Amino acid sequence: MALPRLSLSAAVLVMCQTAWTQSPTYGLGRSPSSEEIRKWDIAISPTGKELPEGQGTAKEGELLYRSKGCAGCHGATGSGMHAPTLISRKDVKPNPAAFCLAPCVNDANSMSLHSPFATTLWDYINRGMPLGKEGSLTPNEVYALTAFLLYKNDVIKEDEVMDKQSLPKVKMPNRDGFGLPPAWKHGEPRLQGYP
Amino acid sequence: MDAKRRNRRGFLKSGAALAGLAAGGSKLAKGQTQGTPAKKIDELIAYGERSRFVTSIRVPVAERHSPDEFGLTFHVLTPLQDSSGIITPSSLFYTATHRGAFVPDIDPKEHRLMIHGMVDRPLVFTLDELKRLPYVSRIHFIECLGNRARPTHKTVQETHGLTSCAEWTGVPLPLLLKEAGVQSGASWIVAEGAEEVKGDSSIPLAKALDDCVVVYAMNGEPLRPQQGFPLRLMVPGFEGIYQIKYLRRIKVVDRYYMTYDDYGHINPDPKVAALTHIIGPKSVITFPSGGQQLSGPGFYEISGLAWSGSGAIRRVELSTDGGRNWKDAELRSPALPMAHTRFGYHWNWDGKECVLMSRCTDELGTVQPTRAEVAKYWNQPLDQNFRVPGADNSVQPWKITSNGSVQNGLA
Repeated sequence: MALPRLSLSAAVLVMCQTAWTQSPTYGLGRSPSSEEIRKWDIAISPTGKELPEGQGTAKEGELLYRSKGCAGCHGATGSGMHAPTLISRKDVKPNPAAFCLAPCVNDANSMSLHSPFATTLWDYINRGMPLGKEGSLTPNEVYALTAFLLYKNDVIKEDEVMDKQSLPKVKMPNRDGFGLPPAWKHGEPRLQGYP
Repeated sequence: MDAKRRNRRGFLKSGAALAGLAAGGSKLAKGQTQGTPAKKIDELIAYGERSRFVTSIRVPVAERHSPDEFGLTFHVLTPLQDSSGIITPSSLFYTATHRGAFVPDIDPKEHRLMIHGMVDRPLVFTLDELKRLPYVSRIHFIECLGNRARPTHKTVQETHGLTSCAEWTGVPLPLLLKEAGVQSGASWIVAEGAEEVKGDSSIPLAKALDDCVVVYAMNGEPLRPQQGFPLRLMVPGFEGIYQIKYLRRIKVVDRYYMTYDDYGHINPDPKVAALTHIIGPKSVITFPSGGQQLSGPGFYEISGLAWSGSGAIRRVELSTDGGRNWKDAELRSPALPMAHTRFGYHWNWDGKECVLMSRCTDELGTVQPTRAEVAKYWNQPLDQNFRVPGADNSVQPWKITSNGSVQNGLA
């Protein structure tokens, strides 16, 4: 009897500790539960450490692309409609503009391919799609749609399974084609020697 | 979803109100402008509005119209040509969203800010709790990287209208991060909004610990919904996409996260990336500016704005002969760090064709470049197609023709 009572009081102690934790100087705010953090922790690092369990393939993604309404805005072929191009068109030249005010619509610039990491694609489909039903896709569905777009843009093979291990390892065409914003320091110009 | 449904109902209601106005407008007495809101006097006593003779409005960027086919708002330009002083009225402040957005309808009682990641004490704050903390009020501009995406536009609203300046009130982010206890090895934060797309950006931790503010008020009142009600992040001097609206979460991390909003900043050339995320010293003459008309030779007060993402404006120079001679303009407002600064210049126009230009110098001594200087730096030919890499802060020429019309000198 003594042992369970001890662990119960230990548990109560831990719970109180959690509830009491506030900002040390002002005593405001509270500690979020691990479940609260998990629900909101949706920004996916290039290492993929926030990716959930689950998996999907291009074949599953192709069905979802139609059933979830993706094709209605992005076009059955991944371009040609009002929403940004998801599958590069090979019959038009890329837009030469250094950047677009909004993602490019109906051209050779595929939004799916721009990021150096496939995690960006998973992250964005998960947080921002479908329009009006954001956050409604299951992890398996997001893995499958990501696999479908990567396959249709010639990045992975049709039978490659995307999951939390394989997705961060996908080599995107733009993997080495970027420079990061430099480390910021107070009082330093944007770029030494620039007029 | 609920937020959007409410928003759409609101839209329908305002549409009905507009239709009513149009119908009522024709019945108005002679001398009144059609469409004047016929508000009751007690409504106007409770909440004032501008004169019906003042009609300055924002306009959507033409290249991607707002609202678009889905009802999303993209980029909407502030009417700089009508501006005075340095504060942009909240109702005319430019708005921009990366993927386009439905403005969310957030109940501030339900809104939370979570700080977590590489911290000793993850914390969640309500809005009431944040408002109990020590606060600052600061005047800062926000400018979109897409400002001046095309140098040949006609008016200053079209060329430079994606910048605005306001007074912002909120809790310094360094205070909040200190309360959470940033762990060693951390180097970036990811800040995220609560709107449908939950827009997020990676921000250097050094900047977050320097002068960022978690803002709840703008120009003396709660933030407007188009500006992030009830909470937004102010990252002074950094381009607009970092100023996360509807702020719900700050995660302290050890690397650049390459979010959807981040990847617009990457470039094969790290030098271009460096010129992309901070706004360089920039100025523009707002009067006289493109599309305006001078009534004839004589005295005019040239007026304009200068600002820099690296600090306060120290000097503004003006040329009335296309850049051959430069003279100091007068600063007509306080020159605050990362804030619009108003300048003026006495000018007697002789009625001959000429080109007006302004250029500014910020507190680091960086001088706003001409397009020719930028082209020379990049070793590229200077023609109409030359695009300034990163944020385009080059000198804007306005051509005054002999009949007094004002045109973009780059068009």
